[in-house]
Amino acid sequence: MEIEVLGPRKIITFMIGDTEIAISETLVTGWIVIAALTVLLLWLTHDMKVVPEKKRQVLAEWIVDFFEKTVIDSMGKKMLNFAPYIAALFCFALFGTLLSLFGLRSMTIDINCTGTWAMITFVLITYWKIRTNGLGGYLKSFTEPVFVITPINILSEVATPLSMALRMFGNISGGMIISSLIYAALTLLSNAFYGLIGIYFEHFKIFQIGIPAVASIYFDLFSGVIQSYVFIMLTMAYVGDAAGGPQEE
Amino acid sequence: METQGMTLEQTTLIAKAIVLAGQGIGAGLALIAGIGPGIGEGYAVGKAIETIGRQPEAKSAATSTMFIGCAIAESTGIYGLLIGLVLCFVNPFLKHLTV
Repeated sequence: MEIEVLGPRKIITFMIGDTEIAISETLVTGWIVIAALTVLLLWLTHDMKVVPEKKRQVLAEWIVDFFEKTVIDSMGKKMLNFAPYIAALFCFALFGTLLSLFGLRSMTIDINCTGTWAMITFVLITYWKIRTNGLGGYLKSFTEPVFVITPINILSEVATPLSMALRMFGNISGGMIISSLIYAALTLLSNAFYGLIGIYFEHFKIFQIGIPAVASIYFDLFSGVIQSYVFIMLTMAYVGDAAGGPQEE
Repeated sequence: METQGMTLEQTTLIAKAIVLAGQGIGAGLALIAGIGPGIGEGYAVGKAIETIGRQPEAKSAATSTMFIGCAIAESTGIYGLLIGLVLCFVNPFLKHLTV
């Protein structure tokens, strides 16, 4: 049995001049998630009142409160305008990962996706470090505590986005591979069962009902939510640290 | 073409088998990296439970910090897992085997 594992599937390929342009599945599902989130948020926030009448406004206010509280807790009050980015990143990561519940490939199985998010975080960290300490202070921070340690400091600076990207990618893709192995094993088991009773269904595998859902609860739901949460928590921790930490108020 | 009583196809097949066996062993060894995070996360969760037992009012803070700590501790294990997956499914060394 062939199990396709690494690398995003290319949906459309076309040529511009001599270069081949490929549109991957990640890109398409990403735009689907963006569209779905836009529709969802427009529905949640339209027709709002000062005193909430509808449940959806309460839900929307709860979401905003949650992200503002999280940002204030870990980054301090002065970084409150960071909350929309954190909320957007979390929703995008969460819905992009939970796509696998609808039978699509999760966006976060593609290292290009998590790598992009990690690089945005890296740019933010560097920006805030330079803004807090000045360019000279930023460059000087590499030579602390002693000058000899500079290569290690540079390495640890690069390791931050790399580990963030690989953590999310590895967790979700590992879960996806284990899920597909479970499906393959259940297909073989069903075929053996069909051989035993003498009836054969091509597209209906009896043991694939229900059993993969148990694994899916951990590998898709739990893993996806925790990893998205950890991703925003790490982003906030690193950027908040670069901006001076929450204690300075 | 004969090389020591074997045809070229047979030699290539044996070479491929050796490469694949090495990859399998390597993938297995890479997953030894799972030991460290297992111990570390168990320790972290144990300490978090201790904290909650001693200070039940700190439950939410302890839980969220524990999850983040676990996720960070997990990354070395995930590096091992990635190496194992690449060795199993991508076969990176097989393409160096040219005839």
